[in-house]
Amino acid sequence: MELNSKIPAGPLESKWKTYKSTCKLVNPANKRQIEVIVVGTGLAGASAAASLGEMGYKVKAFCFQDSPRRAHSIAAQGGINAAKNYQNDGDSTYRLFYDTIKGGDYRAREGNVYRLAEVSANIIDQCVAQGVPFAREYGGLLSNRSFGGTQVQRTFYAAGQTGQQLLIGAYQGLERQISLGNVDMYSRHEMLEVVKIDGKARGIIARNLVTGELERHFGHAVLLCTGGYGNVFYLSTNAMGSNVTAAWKAHKQGAYFGNPCFTQIHPTCIPVSGDHQSKLTLMSESLRNDGRIWVPKQKDDKRKPFDIPEEERDYYLERRYPAFGNLVPRDVASRAAKERCDAGYGVGSSKMAVYLDFASAFERYGHVEVRKQGIANADKATVYKLGVAVVKEKYGNLFDMYAKITGEDPYQVPMRIYPAVHYTMGGLWVDYELMTNVPGLYALGEANFSDHGANRLGASALMQGLADGYFVVPYTLGNNLADDIRTKAIPTDHPAFVQAEKDVNDRIERMMNIKGKESVESFHKRLGKIMWDKCGMGRNAKGLTEAIEEIKALRKEFWANVRIPGEVKSFNPELDKAGRVADFLELGELMCIDALQRNESCGGHFREEYQTEDGEALRDDEKYMYVAAWEYKGDSQYELHKEPLNYEVVHTSARSYK
Amino acid sequence: MEHYKMNLTLKVWRQKSKDFKGHFETFKVSDISSEMSFLEMFDVLNEKLVAEGKEPVAFDHDCREGICGMCSMYINGRAHGPWHETTTCQLHMREYKDGDTIVVEPWRANSFPVIRDLVVDRSAFDRIIAAGGYISVNTGNAQDANALPIDKQKADESFAAATCIGCGACVAACPNTSAMLFVSAKVSHLALLPQGDPERKTRATNMIHQMDTEGFGSCTNIGACEAECPKGISLENIARLNREYIGAVFSGSKD
Amino acid sequence: MNWKQSFSTSIGKKLQMSLTGLFLITFLLVHCYINAQIFYQDGGTRFKEAAHFMGTNFVIRTVEIGLFAFLILHIVQGLLLWAKNRSRRSVGYAVSAGNKTSPWYSRSMALLGTLVLLFLILHLSKFWGPNRYSMTFGSGELDLYAMMRDEFQTTWVVVVYVLGCIALGWHLLHGFYSAFQTLGLGTHKYKGMIKTIGVAFSIVVPVIFALMPVSFYMHWVS
Repeated sequence: MELNSKIPAGPLESKWKTYKSTCKLVNPANKRQIEVIVVGTGLAGASAAASLGEMGYKVKAFCFQDSPRRAHSIAAQGGINAAKNYQNDGDSTYRLFYDTIKGGDYRAREGNVYRLAEVSANIIDQCVAQGVPFAREYGGLLSNRSFGGTQVQRTFYAAGQTGQQLLIGAYQGLERQISLGNVDMYSRHEMLEVVKIDGKARGIIARNLVTGELERHFGHAVLLCTGGYGNVFYLSTNAMGSNVTAAWKAHKQGAYFGNPCFTQIHPTCIPVSGDHQSKLTLMSESLRNDGRIWVPKQKDDKRKPFDIPEEERDYYLERRYPAFGNLVPRDVASRAAKERCDAGYGVGSSKMAVYLDFASAFERYGHVEVRKQGIANADKATVYKLGVAVVKEKYGNLFDMYAKITGEDPYQVPMRIYPAVHYTMGGLWVDYELMTNVPGLYALGEANFSDHGANRLGASALMQGLADGYFVVPYTLGNNLADDIRTKAIPTDHPAFVQAEKDVNDRIERMMNIKGKESVESFHKRLGKIMWDKCGMGRNAKGLTEAIEEIKALRKEFWANVRIPGEVKSFNPELDKAGRVADFLELGELMCIDALQRNESCGGHFREEYQTEDGEALRDDEKYMYVAAWEYKGDSQYELHKEPLNYEVVHTSARSYK
Repeated sequence: MEHYKMNLTLKVWRQKSKDFKGHFETFKVSDISSEMSFLEMFDVLNEKLVAEGKEPVAFDHDCREGICGMCSMYINGRAHGPWHETTTCQLHMREYKDGDTIVVEPWRANSFPVIRDLVVDRSAFDRIIAAGGYISVNTGNAQDANALPIDKQKADESFAAATCIGCGACVAACPNTSAMLFVSAKVSHLALLPQGDPERKTRATNMIHQMDTEGFGSCTNIGACEAECPKGISLENIARLNREYIGAVFSGSKD
Repeated sequence: MNWKQSFSTSIGKKLQMSLTGLFLITFLLVHCYINAQIFYQDGGTRFKEAAHFMGTNFVIRTVEIGLFAFLILHIVQGLLLWAKNRSRRSVGYAVSAGNKTSPWYSRSMALLGTLVLLFLILHLSKFWGPNRYSMTFGSGELDLYAMMRDEFQTTWVVVVYVLGCIALGWHLLHGFYSAFQTLGLGTHKYKGMIKTIGVAFSIVVPVIFALMPVSFYMHWVS
């Protein structure tokens, strides 16, 4: 199948405007007859479900958690970007667009990204109107901070809980539509299959996680807003329940998977403390605004951090990237940390960590406060105390979280951090309208592959999720549904629904009947280790080839030896997890296949064979300037389709943050 | 920080579903590291149970970084355990020592029926929000975000109230099973902002009405909710909700 | 919402408790002031004047009806709330937080209130009841001062009075602050002040009350 990204013709700045004013519409009376299924209630899903409900569609929303408010968007800390230029520092739609394209190492579509930058400003307006309590200045206007990969302050935030506040805003909008009867909410429900009729997505099979019953739901269109698949690595900053299942089922029903190997490893996470570790916790990128990253200049230095004098510290990011310093993009910062630790300069008991130090920020802010308050001859202790207070106000919750997890006081000793899997740029392939190649099946937010190329810049995930849900899909869905107004609701006793339900049921039965010896958790851990070691921050052909075989073997073992206790028709978290891990075991292989075919380094995808002399990523635009869209052809059979990326406005160049 | 290992006795509530009677079951877990989180200790227990061919203990959890509000254990008489302003998932095992016995119960309130073991149904909270915990603004109607300056102090107070994670610890901790702290946090979040002003009166009364309908107990100002809230939501919010309510019903306007 | 609805939601009922409670607090203050007249050591002259005024003044007598109405409302509503709240957790906790998350007296308002009520019944049957009866059906006002002097020679009566005052003190310790919190005054600015005044009130007033029987018993007042 030829991939058509459906980017509207015309100059970049007017593509979306033209699209909006010429797309087909569905009149209000017809909207009432059209049913839309939204799977997932994070930023993308909740905002889409609420907006579509407001417009008059009949919406059914699904989430596996006990409430739509729990979706993992809630854990986003740092902020959300918008090209408002409130700080008068030279920001513009074009600059946000450019930063995002460059940040993504020239592997994203110009048209999509420009639209994202364009609607970013509306998102902030919308959220403020909803009552999202963003941080403000004393004058009552909104406050901004910087994030990695940019030289302007365009990040809006609510302390270290921006994702929470934005999600609660979208959730409230969703609850409002639920109370108005426009949205039916199905919590503790997991989508297990896409139902296709005449080649179009027409519904889903969902499992009620409380009773274990399978349910059939019809929809004229199905929107997957189910987030990323970072949990394929077992250890990640994702929530325990985050999974690829919905997207993977869609993939197996014909939807192409775009750039599956593009994974973001976030540089500032709390390091692994032992084998018991179940998840990793992020320390917001915003901390790099004020914290300085360093390791000792001397290998295997046993001294306490504060005993190491300034001249014996290696502030390696500032040394290597003077222009951006500690605020280089995530992929660059992560690799630099790995490089230092691999070279033997790591700190902490595991030696797989670097310091994130706020001492100079305490001092700097302390001096500012001393001046502000007019304190004469302030001693060191006073300066420090005042500085700590300022930092506390900015990042207090993050410092508290660090202290709870590690048992160390980050106001006294520098934080120890190490990179961890955080976000997946890859996802279901979608066109400009956010529709997959399966008609009627859409993917929004992190679940799609579209806007971040090979590396996502900080504070852009929230922006994309809300852009897709609030401002893109309400238009693009109508454009397609306008042709569907004559389609009556299809009864769910249609053979396609019956068959799909049977398939799901068979698979569950098969899994339950294995009655093997090893727990689901154990398989997940083993898969994660393969992925992290061979498809993680550094990848090479040999490792990837091995990984593919190892994953195949592990998958075979899973289907022969997994043990799932309990019953099918009951609340059974082990069974839920087993289904998810089974899908990860297939996805992991595809990620390695994708990583293996991409013989270049770009963004988060670092192939050790392709690097410059000083260890920077070496892109190959000639051969790999395309989206790798994979088609499922059967067990371990994937066919690669290439969507070439045409840069009409931006000149691609080696990405430099030096 | 010294790390150590410990052996523990756990008394955990087991209940098949809301229609069954529950009971305590005693387990021994060994080699628990002081660096584990409380839920990782439960992972160890569950792995052991699976290995023994038994059913693992069901408990709600998701983000494991203290923000999603899903985890909900009542540990040795304390909602989310003994640490101040900490969710169950952020409680770490260095709190305990070798030989300790830990009793773990679900949130207990008739409005939060048990689904299984330690998992309860908190959908009542969603229905309370649906009753009025929002600002009625459709997508695409917003003016420029900076067109409406907001007093920083008010914005900060509003934010502090909005940090509620809807975990239900307030209800679990309250001797009356009152949901006032939860409701007041939402009412405060929106009442403190000018955007929330037009719906102030109906919001307070509708949410209170829904809270009552759901069967939560009434507030008698005991204060256990504030003491146990993992996000430090203040009782001042309850005072504000009371003011909002008084303002709404006694203002003399029609509804 | 109409008036009935406004007072029948959970906050509405709280308001009933708060407003009646504040009225009773005001009453305590007046009662305490009048009884404290005995400490003038004037053989009860000032006390009798005040008691006479309170017992015969038309306005006061009218307010008295309200006082009883509020008292009954406070008691009935309080007990109903207690019963209702108790019923909302059918399966209780095996381990409770105890005093780690809240003071015992805040959780024991129904118990303390019932103790105060029992004491009140005794108290009314000893003074207010006979006096009203005599004023309505008998030979007019009684000499309450003399009655006090006589009654408070009995050890058990004095003990019960002191215990009643202690229960009242604990009840007030929560009730005083709680009444203002319900009215929405428990804000950053006022909370501390209300709590301080509440603690002072809950100690001073019951102590003064308790001093009366004790003083007669110990013959500090004659």
